[in-house]
Amino acid sequence: MTLMQEMNERALELGVPMGVHLDVTYRCNERCVHCYLDHDDHGEMTTAEIKDVLEQLAEAGTFFLTLSGGEVLMRRDFFEILEHVRRLLFNVRIKTNGVMIRRQEAQRLRELGVEQVQISIYSHRPEVHDAITKLPGSLKRSVEAIRFLKSQGLKIAIANVLMTANMGDHAGVQALARELGVTYTLDPTITPKMDGDASILRLRIPGSELNAVFHNQDLVGNVEEFCAPPPLPGEDIMEGYPCSAGHTAAYITPYGDVFPCVQFPLPSGNLRRQKFIEIWRHSPELNEVRSIRAKDLPVCSSCSHVGKCTRCPGLAYMEGSMRGPSTADCEKSFHRTGILTANMLRKARSNAPGPLIQIQRLAVQSAT
Amino acid sequence: MSDKYIARSTAIAARMLGGEMMVMSAVDSTFFTLNEVATAIWQAADGRTPLSEIVARRVCSEFEVEPEVACRDAEQFVDELSQHGILLVSDRPLDNLSSSPVEAP
Repeated sequence: MTLMQEMNERALELGVPMGVHLDVTYRCNERCVHCYLDHDDHGEMTTAEIKDVLEQLAEAGTFFLTLSGGEVLMRRDFFEILEHVRRLLFNVRIKTNGVMIRRQEAQRLRELGVEQVQISIYSHRPEVHDAITKLPGSLKRSVEAIRFLKSQGLKIAIANVLMTANMGDHAGVQALARELGVTYTLDPTITPKMDGDASILRLRIPGSELNAVFHNQDLVGNVEEFCAPPPLPGEDIMEGYPCSAGHTAAYITPYGDVFPCVQFPLPSGNLRRQKFIEIWRHSPELNEVRSIRAKDLPVCSSCSHVGKCTRCPGLAYMEGSMRGPSTADCEKSFHRTGILTANMLRKARSNAPGPLIQIQRLAVQSAT
Repeated sequence: MSDKYIARSTAIAARMLGGEMMVMSAVDSTFFTLNEVATAIWQAADGRTPLSEIVARRVCSEFEVEPEVACRDAEQFVDELSQHGILLVSDRPLDNLSSSPVEAP
């Protein structure tokens, strides 16, 4: 066990929210086709409110803070917020599209001790990237931002979300990351919109492509290990919980709503009405999330993938039940290993055609 | 012990968790946990108080450690953290650049 894992275990035992993702705005200068957010401002927290939330998080023991959006730099007070973040000694990572980062911003981010900046790049080809962001010239701007940040010695990660429009371009983006000397991460997950609208799920890459991604050594490393059949579930797995959401992690919207995770929009309290620690410790919703163990999942507990599945309780929640399966993760488990999931088998049974011969009582119609 | 002055770097993150101080460098992402004694030294690293005085006041008197052992351990601790840029070391007083970490309840 690494030192970091040890501290995460301790945070879990003590009920400390080690990692918090704070979206400071949903406003954005891009209009990505797959985005799950509503970009209008419905009353974002003020600078003073955000500073107060940050103080509450520091007191609650939060160490890892992710600042994201929307586009963080759409807030004119972003650097004032960041200064406060660092004054409170958070480890901070920033997610941005980089379009508004020039030399001066890059220098300020370095001076403020930001640990990592993650920038979304969808393709190495401007016509593909810019068509996804709907902002002409955005690839050029984002790549320039990476160069400015890199010249300051900051750690950069390129986040490459994969969807139908760019599914052939991951090798190009990976090569671009290598050329720029930055980390590359790939994510084939498209999530429904926060309001439950699932129309953007049509952008998800097809199963055949997911299969190819999972069997690509350049993307997953050791394919044999990555695609190995799931282990037999033991007691530790059945007593385990699915992820850190609500256990050692939380998400805060620009409006002060607290959710277990950015992908798990379960309203658990609002910081304009309650203190963070009160929500974290006493919210019935968060306590319900914490109470769920693998053995409590009606479908997934009987699935052979239960010990290795990336099942996201938030995606399951958006599908209808936080205890249910997450179809997107079922697909991933299947395309990784070739083994059908319990959810897939259940659906196949319920979709099976009826008997070939149906006997029906002949209705006798009387002539009028 | 020759007089050394130590100050916390601005490029670090820190938080108390269950009685231990977690410290992480933003420069190389090195992650440390400090025990009670190391935490006491780290918290007292204001750039103005000589290390020898920190050891005498915050370590020997509070943790019942022999001065010789405490000095040796403190020197080693300071060397290690300074190599990762977590502590700044000088033979002259430094401006303390970093604020004190907030302690979790």
